[in-house]
Amino acid sequence: MTSTSLFLPVALPLLGALLVTALPRKMPILGALAALATSGSGLWVTTQTWLHGDLGLVLGGWGLPLGIGLAADGLSAALLAMSSLVGLGTSVYAIGYFAGSERCTHFWPLWFLLWASLNGVFLAADLFNLYVMLELLGLSAAALGALTGTREALAANLRYLLVGLLGSITYLLGVALLYTGYGTLDIGLLGARIQPTPLAATALVLMVAGLALKAALFPMHFWLPPAHANAPAPVSAALSALVVKTAFYLILRLWLDLFPPALTNAAAAFVLGTLGAGAVLWGSWRALRAERLKLLAAYSTVAQIGYLFLFFPLLQATPAGAARDDLIAACVLMAMTHSFAKAGFFLAAGLVQQKAGHDRIDELGGAAQSMPATTFSIALAGSALIGLPPSGSFIAKWVMMRGAFETGQWWWLIIIGAGTLLAAAYIFRVLSRAFGLEPTPQCFVTDARAEIPALLLALASVVLLGLAAGPIWSLLGFEGVQA
Amino acid sequence: MSQPLTWTSVLPGAILLSSLIPGALIFLVKEESHILRGVLNMTGAIIKLVLVAVLIWGVFLGGIFETRLTIAPGLALVLHADALSVLFVTLSTVLWLVTTIYAIGYLEHSPNRSRFFGFFSLCVSATVGIALAGNLLTFVIFYEILTLATYPLVAHRGTPDATRGAKIYLAYTMGGGLALLVGAVWLRSLTGPVDFIQGGVLAGLPEALHPQLIAIFVLLLIGLGVKAALVPLHGWLPQSMVAPAPVSALLHAVAVVKAGAFGIVRVVYDVYGVEFAAHLGLLTLLGVAASITIIYGSIMALTQDGLKKRLAYSTVSQVSYIALGASILGPVATIGGLVHLVHQGIMKITLFFCAGNYAETLGVHKVSEMDGVGRRMPWTTLAFTVGALGMIGIPPIAGFVSKWYLGLGAVEAGEHWVLLVLAASTLLNAGYFMPILYKAWFRPPPDAWPEEHVFESRFETMGALLWPPVITAALCLIAGLLAAAPFSPLEWATLIARREYGL
Repeated sequence: MTSTSLFLPVALPLLGALLVTALPRKMPILGALAALATSGSGLWVTTQTWLHGDLGLVLGGWGLPLGIGLAADGLSAALLAMSSLVGLGTSVYAIGYFAGSERCTHFWPLWFLLWASLNGVFLAADLFNLYVMLELLGLSAAALGALTGTREALAANLRYLLVGLLGSITYLLGVALLYTGYGTLDIGLLGARIQPTPLAATALVLMVAGLALKAALFPMHFWLPPAHANAPAPVSAALSALVVKTAFYLILRLWLDLFPPALTNAAAAFVLGTLGAGAVLWGSWRALRAERLKLLAAYSTVAQIGYLFLFFPLLQATPAGAARDDLIAACVLMAMTHSFAKAGFFLAAGLVQQKAGHDRIDELGGAAQSMPATTFSIALAGSALIGLPPSGSFIAKWVMMRGAFETGQWWWLIIIGAGTLLAAAYIFRVLSRAFGLEPTPQCFVTDARAEIPALLLALASVVLLGLAAGPIWSLLGFEGVQA
Repeated sequence: MSQPLTWTSVLPGAILLSSLIPGALIFLVKEESHILRGVLNMTGAIIKLVLVAVLIWGVFLGGIFETRLTIAPGLALVLHADALSVLFVTLSTVLWLVTTIYAIGYLEHSPNRSRFFGFFSLCVSATVGIALAGNLLTFVIFYEILTLATYPLVAHRGTPDATRGAKIYLAYTMGGGLALLVGAVWLRSLTGPVDFIQGGVLAGLPEALHPQLIAIFVLLLIGLGVKAALVPLHGWLPQSMVAPAPVSALLHAVAVVKAGAFGIVRVVYDVYGVEFAAHLGLLTLLGVAASITIIYGSIMALTQDGLKKRLAYSTVSQVSYIALGASILGPVATIGGLVHLVHQGIMKITLFFCAGNYAETLGVHKVSEMDGVGRRMPWTTLAFTVGALGMIGIPPIAGFVSKWYLGLGAVEAGEHWVLLVLAASTLLNAGYFMPILYKAWFRPPPDAWPEEHVFESRFETMGALLWPPVITAALCLIAGLLAAAPFSPLEWATLIARREYGL
């Protein structure tokens, strides 16, 4: 059905960006209000999708193939809810983080631009608008990442910008091929017309390759760790938790809704799965060897993105039905859990870094021990990253492992198992520093405004997604097998 | 959650929350508010005790208590109270109360108490979750939570030794947890959701799946064997002795090793079914592993001079009695194994409390320093003596009852070699406990103790440290003397065995 509220999650942050630029003196309060409004509108759209099913809206007064189309189905609504909540937490944290700093004036406009393009990617209904939103996202993300202004941050984010452009262009080439072949860019129409021709196959390869570069899929992840590790904490959180997810979302969308099964075949799925496996092992290994906390978190993102790609071979081998629905829902759950957990992790890591003045893991003991709530957030988020129960990723891994058994692809179990153990090793390498002989902190929470957002995000990844994941199934329209 | 909310569908959940909520609140308590923290601790422990008493009565009458929470379609968190879970819940609830009192006394003036008691309560909540788990998924979830909640307790002291011990503990339990998870998912993919049902659920599966079922059993056994300290998966246990005494007591008697042993019992009886497990030859595997562990643990205990290390190896050995009981086909052996779950708990916790008292009061950490402690600390040493004699199996203390039923069950099942294991173990037990008792009571005390603390108390040590071991020692005697009384551990184990074998 048509719903006019669909444009709000994109329009409100844009309005916010304009307002904070126009009235820089009122920045924190305006920023907070705009963040609340954006987040509220995103959750509103999610609720509407929950209640009424798929939503659509055409802007610009033209009919569907020509106008700017927005659409929300269960998948976009779930990710929109994720970007709304994680975005809100990050905004609240950023108020305190940038307070009294000059960077504040740069942060808020860029952040709202980023948020608008994030929501735009989740809601766009045609491939060209998606491209526009992706470009906007890449630009604002690279600019935000360079906010610290250090030489490393600039170099890393310049590389990030170029890689992002390369990825978008590759994607655009694929889009152009499809347009010449089928004369439309609307995902729904295209999905109905597309045939397993060499042209479509080339488009698939180009689009997925471009997006995989943007999603930092191994071995195209090289740009991610320096860019994410050198950004200010709230920016790292948004980049790792949300931005890389957009590219993954698009790949999943193309895979499920656009390309015919003859193209999304076992070989293609195996390639994606293998790259995912490489990401899990290599990312986790580098996280274990990382000397700095934020670098560890960044490599952990590389690994977690890898898990998401392990779903493709399982999805491909599972016939349509409850088992396949479970896998899709688990994949979304995994992406969402990582988003909440990684945002919480980066925000908490930022506090530890501020307290200690550095983020070298070996010397963090004192700072970690003096902030119990923050360390607790790292522990909660960490257990979600490892995939320990109760957390959304535990459920996702359970379903994934079940899928591996049921489709006879036992080798992915080895990857999941090894990734889990490596993750436990790198998370507890950090946590073990928090048990030292430092003086006892008097209170659990030392600085509520800074510590609570991280704690809530981490808690959400564990308790909310770990014990009440059912709504994701409902949102995606799946019945699920009844126990 | 389609079921109506009745008290029978809330009670198991309430028992879990009665320690989880105080635990979460304790994290928020300011470090210096020890009264508030104590009140939270004790309120939780007492509410839990009352709820468990109601549960015991209800289950005895044959009531069905089940709390069900759907996590996602096809994945349900089920807390279901049957006779076996009640046995473990009661053990952990009673011992939690006693250990909390002990820990409050033991950790007085020490740092990071809010953190300690917070995780302490989480740990007990996880144990109760394991006890009440109604399906394999729930069991796995709480089993992993237990690992997470105990890590901070082992690392609590913050010394390099503690960090190292905690790391080793984590490495073992994470590896074990993964094996358990893989086994559980594998089984789930063969059969659908695996509920724990008395008599087992797998016997009806086609013969072609039997090799897979054997492989799954081995995976589950590895996962559970790590916590139950089956040789060669026991390496973490002596290392984690660096933890404070109440934690050691908790690890050894209530939570961690018991969770492993309990899990083995669950898998054998309520997943595979004991007859089916015997048919697949799995009981022999379990029996051999348990026997090796019993003998090896006892031999290692002989060679330890550190008191807590000696007790640790004794735990390695004694916990495997439970697995041994599960590995013999026949109700009498089952009773012996199950009752030992409780008996080993109360005896071992007594011993660890006493070891803690010696360390705190006199600075005595080694067996070689224990000359004459009986004269300086008669009540503690009396409690220690009861625990030690019980471990050896001297009547009328609880440990005798366990060994008697294990032996009887073995004879009944025609497994005479078990008697040899029991006899050897008893001799070895006497070998490592008797010298301690002799030194404590009959050797003259030294001129000065290694590090004596004088408490302002009319007793030999602080009241909060003295009463817990005295109480648990009394429980050891009562459980042995009144073994035939209604609601004694033995009677309850008999009830479980009757239900498992459908007698």
